[in-house]
Amino acid sequence: MGLKELLLTLAQALVDNPDQVTVNQVEGEKSVILELKVAQEDMGKVIGKQGRIARAIRTLVKAAAAHEGKRVVVEIIQ
Amino acid sequence: MKEFEATGRTVEEAVEMALKQLGVAREEVEVQVLEEGNRGFLGLLGRREARVRVSLSPRPEELIRNFLEKVLEALKVKAAIEIRKREEGYFVDFHGRDLGILIGHHGDHLDALQYLCNLAVNRRLKNKIKIFLDVQGYRRRREQALVNLARRLSHRVKTTGRRIALEPMNPQERRIIHMALKDDRDVFTFSEGEEPNRKVIIALRK
Repeated sequence: MGLKELLLTLAQALVDNPDQVTVNQVEGEKSVILELKVAQEDMGKVIGKQGRIARAIRTLVKAAAAHEGKRVVVEIIQ
Repeated sequence: MKEFEATGRTVEEAVEMALKQLGVAREEVEVQVLEEGNRGFLGLLGRREARVRVSLSPRPEELIRNFLEKVLEALKVKAAIEIRKREEGYFVDFHGRDLGILIGHHGDHLDALQYLCNLAVNRRLKNKIKIFLDVQGYRRRREQALVNLARRLSHRVKTTGRRIALEPMNPQERRIIHMALKDDRDVFTFSEGEEPNRKVIIALRK
């Protein structure tokens, strides 16, 4: 599905270890939860100062979800 | 990435040789020195050639296009990507139908994509570049609309004497309003409130 792909694409483009990026999709009643996991040393690359990168990623994934009439939550997992 | 190894009496010569072989300019490559080279004693004893590995740097346009094409595909958006290089950086414009999703509310989607595009591309470049995204001239039109709004509202402030608070805007948009009225002798502007509800206020100068 598009949302998971989008999150993977964005995260992989930002990190040093793209092969260690995984996205787990949990389907809820009304919303989708996407759990993003990256290599420990890449955490800063998907979060950014004051969470700026994470915010931009969420903005785009939410935009794509809204386009498909869905709600999405992006969680970055340690 | 294309690579080429070359030797020469000095590092500089070896690089020159590699550039000639690849047919590119110095700024298009990255150089790794494998062997410093040594002229030797009286040009005889212990002489060693310099050896370098020269690799073609990825071209910014390609990196930009690559990243954006992947994102568009994941977003299921069909758009043509136009990239133009100018002095300030690389200007990208998307063309197509129904591209509202790329813009978002007051350009927030476009700002997010632009921010991530800059990060994704620059992490692969030695010489950092600036990338600006637009959707069918949206930013230019929005800027013009904001300038017109600022002028209209400043006129109203002058005639009523009452300050006016604009709707919440992001920093770039607030800046456009401030700039539009900075030379106005009768009104001044400032911002109030916390992000993301920070607003520009236009008020009468005392």
